[in-house]
Amino acid sequence: MSVDVAELSTRSCVHYLNASYGIKSWLLTTDHKRIGLLYLVSITFMFLVGAGAAALMRLQLLEPYGAIVQPETYNKLFSIHGIIMVFFFLIPSIPAVLGNFLVPLMIGAKDVAFPKLNLLSWYIFVLGSLFTLYCVIFGGVDTGWTFYTPFSSMYSNTHVLAAALGIFVTGFSSILTGLNFIVTIHRMRAPGMTWFRLPLFIWSIYATSIIFVLGTPVLAITLFLLTLERVLHVGIFDPAVGGDPLLFQHLFWFYSHPAVYIMVLPAMGVVSELVAAYSRKRIYGYSFVAFSSLAIAFISFLVWGHHMFVSGQSIYAGLVFSLMSFLVAIPSAIKVFNWTATLYKGSISYDAPMLYALGFIGLFTMGGLTGLFLASLATDVHLNGTYFVVAHFHYIMVGGAVMGFMGGIHFWWPKITGRLYPDKWARLAALIIFAGFNLTFFPQFMLGYLGMPRRYAVYPAQFQVLNVMSTAGATILGIGYMIPLIYLLWSMRYGPVAGPNPWRAKGLEWQTPSPPPEENFEETPIVTEEAYSYASVPPEKSRV
Amino acid sequence: MNGMAICVAPRIIAGVLFPLHPPAASTIARDVDDLYFTLTGITLFFTFLIFGLIFYFMIKYRRRSENEIPRDVKTSMPLEITWTLVPTLISAILFVWSARLYVKNSEPPAGSMEIFVIGKQWMWQLQHPEGAREIDELHVPVGVPIKLTMTSQDVIHDFYVPAFRIKKDVLPGRYSSIWFEATKVGEYDFACAQYCGAEHAAMTGRVYVMKEPDYAKWLASQSNGKSMAQTGQQLFVSLGCATCHAESTGGKYPTLAGVYGHSVKLRDGRTIVADDAYLRNAISKPGTEPVAGYAPAMPSFQGQINEEQLLDLIAYIKSLGTQESQTAVQ
Repeated sequence: MSVDVAELSTRSCVHYLNASYGIKSWLLTTDHKRIGLLYLVSITFMFLVGAGAAALMRLQLLEPYGAIVQPETYNKLFSIHGIIMVFFFLIPSIPAVLGNFLVPLMIGAKDVAFPKLNLLSWYIFVLGSLFTLYCVIFGGVDTGWTFYTPFSSMYSNTHVLAAALGIFVTGFSSILTGLNFIVTIHRMRAPGMTWFRLPLFIWSIYATSIIFVLGTPVLAITLFLLTLERVLHVGIFDPAVGGDPLLFQHLFWFYSHPAVYIMVLPAMGVVSELVAAYSRKRIYGYSFVAFSSLAIAFISFLVWGHHMFVSGQSIYAGLVFSLMSFLVAIPSAIKVFNWTATLYKGSISYDAPMLYALGFIGLFTMGGLTGLFLASLATDVHLNGTYFVVAHFHYIMVGGAVMGFMGGIHFWWPKITGRLYPDKWARLAALIIFAGFNLTFFPQFMLGYLGMPRRYAVYPAQFQVLNVMSTAGATILGIGYMIPLIYLLWSMRYGPVAGPNPWRAKGLEWQTPSPPPEENFEETPIVTEEAYSYASVPPEKSRV
Repeated sequence: MNGMAICVAPRIIAGVLFPLHPPAASTIARDVDDLYFTLTGITLFFTFLIFGLIFYFMIKYRRRSENEIPRDVKTSMPLEITWTLVPTLISAILFVWSARLYVKNSEPPAGSMEIFVIGKQWMWQLQHPEGAREIDELHVPVGVPIKLTMTSQDVIHDFYVPAFRIKKDVLPGRYSSIWFEATKVGEYDFACAQYCGAEHAAMTGRVYVMKEPDYAKWLASQSNGKSMAQTGQQLFVSLGCATCHAESTGGKYPTLAGVYGHSVKLRDGRTIVADDAYLRNAISKPGTEPVAGYAPAMPSFQGQINEEQLLDLIAYIKSLGTQESQTAVQ
C-alpha cells in the first residue's frame, strides 16, 4: 500500500476544489468533500451567533444586578445560545463536517452510499437553521434549550414554535446523515478494510450514527407533542389540561442525553486519530477503544433519568438511573487510559492538533469525573440546576467536543485545502483556548457548589468575584477562537502547499493528493495492514 | 491527605475574595459534604494522574528526530482489565454510598412539622398549619424536622436551600415534598432552581431559623386567628361541600371524619391511603379515583379553587380525624 509521496504531489492538479467553479457547482454538488465544506461554513456561522449570545451573557453577569440587559433578554440569550450550540453547532460539527469529508476517504470509498441524500441533509439543515435564525431575529425564545413544559407549551409568549420547528426540521438532517454513514461503513469499505482495520474515527462515527438514527425521531415526536399542546391545547404535558409535566422531561432527555454522546463520541474518534498520528503509534488497546464507543452508545440510552433526580420521579427510578450513569463512565475511563498509554514510548510531537488532543484528554477527564458528582444521587440533589452542571457539561462539550473539533480541523486542514497554516500561531491559539476555557468554567464549579442556580439574570453579590473571573476567561477564550478563524482563512490563499501527507500519518486519506481528486483515489486502494501501522517491525500477532 | 499543606495557602487567598463553602446548616449537610469532598478528592487524583502522565510522556518521549518511528507496545490484557475494574469498583462504592444517603434523606422523620409551599410566577407562598402565611420568607424552629409539602400554581419551579443541601422540583397538579432539620440559628437563602420564566432569578427568599420559643412567639404574632384547618372549614361550608358530606344524608355520600390517613376502597377494587395527593385529586378531579359504594355525584372543583384553598380544605379534612394517620402515611 506504500505510495510514492513525491510522485503524488506532482501529479493530479485537478482536485475536488478546482474541478468545477461557480456557486452552482457548490450548491448542487454531491461530492461528500464539498458537502463537508458546506457544513463547515454553515456551522461556523451558527457558532458565531451562539458565541455572540454567550459573550452578551458573560457581560451581563459581570454585575450582580445585571450589567447590560433585562432578565427577559437574558433568558432569550441563554436559550438561543443553548439551542444554537447544541443543535446547530455541536451535533453537526464533527459528524457532518469531518465525518462527511473523511468517512469515504478513510475507508477507501469514492463517496458516501447516498450522495444525493447527503446533499439533501445539508439543505434540511439549512432550512432548520433559517427557522432558528428567524426566531432569533424576530424576538427570540425564552424557554432554554430544554423547552420544559408546561412553561414552553402554555406560558411562554415568545417564538417557541419557530425554535421547535427549526430543531424538528434539523433532526431529519441528522437522521439522514446517520443512515448514510451506517450504510457507507457497512457496504463501501475498500478491499481488505475489515472492521478491525478501521480507523477508530470510523468506529466512533458509526456509534454516533446509531444514536442519530435511534434517538432523533424521539426528539421529533417530543417537539411535535409540544406543538400540539401549544397550538391546539391538547392536554399532554400541562396538568391544567390533563397532561403530565414530567412526561416531557422523560421524552426530551431520552434523546438529549444520548445527544451528549453524539457530541463527544466523534471528538473521541478524532482524538484517537491525533494521538496515534503524533506519537506515531498504534492506539493502545484498539479494540477496547472501539468497543467502548459502542458501549457508550448503548448505555447512553439508559441514563436519561439522571437529569430528573429532583424532579419528583420515583426514588427507585433514581437508583436505577444513578447506577447506569456510573456505568456509562467506565467505557469513557477506558478510553482515557488507553489514549494515555498510547503516548508511552511513542515519538511525540507538539503540533497544534496534538495540543488540542491532549487538552481534550485532560479536560474530558475532568468533565467526566465531575459527572460523577451528578450521577451520585445525594450530591446531585445539591448540585442539580446550579452552575456546577453548567461547568460540568461545558467541560464535556467545549473542553471535549470543541477541542476535538478544533484538533480535527487543524489535523485535516492540509488535506481539505492543500495548504498548511502557520504552526506557531496555531499552537499559541490552542494554548490560549485551553487557558481561557479553564478560567471561564472552573470558577463555575465553585459557583455551583456555593449554590448559585443556573439561568439567573441577576445573582447575590457574594458570587460576583467568581463571575468576573469567568467573564475574564470567556474573553480570553473568545480571542483564542478568533485567531484560528483568521490564520485558517489566510492559509487558504497564502499557506505553503501541504503535500499529500504533511504529518507523515497513516490512514488512507493521507495516501491521496491534498486536496483529494473528486473520486478520492485514482484507483481503489487495497488495504493490507491494520490501522496505525507505524512501527516498521510489526507487533506480535496477538491483538487483544 | 498530603495535599492538605499545598491546599492551605491558596485557600486562604481565595477565601478572602469569595466564600469557599456554602453554609452547612442542616442535619444532612455534613453527610452530603463528606461525599462531595470524597468525589473532589477522586477527581483531583485522576486529573493529576492523567495530566501528570501526559506531561511526563510528552517530555520523556518527545520526538527527537523527524524520521523516528517508535516500536509498537503490545496491549497488555492485565493492564486493560485493571483499568476497567478499578473505575468499576470506585463507581460501585460511590453508587452505594450516595444511594443510601439519598434514600435516607428522602424520608421525612415520623412526626415532622408540616409547612406548605406554593410556587407561582414569580413568588413563593409559605403556609404554616397554624395559619401564618409568608411570602418569600420562611420562619422555622431550629432542631425540629420539617416537611415541606409543595405544589405550583403554574409552571415547574424548584425549591432549593443551598445551606440545607436540599432541592426538589415543585410541580403543578401534584404535591412533592422534602424535609430538613436546621441545625444552626441564622438566615439562609432559598432560590428557585428550575427555570420558570422572565423573573426566575427574582424568585428567591430567606429562611429564618429561630430558637423554638422565638418561633412560637413569631407564629403567635403572625396568625390572624385562624388556622389552615379553620379556613378550610369555612370553605367547606361556603363551597357547599358540607351539604353532601354530612351525617344527615344518611350514608348516601361519604362523611369525611377519620378519612385522612386511612385506607380507602376504590370502585376499581384498589385500596389506597387517603393522603394529601389523593384528597387533592378527589377534590379537583373527582371522577378519576371514585370510592367504592357511592354514586359519582361530586362536581369537579378544578379551576374554581386555587392551590391555597385546596391545602386549607385538606387541612380541614385532616383535622376531622387523624388518630391513625401516622401509621398509615408512613
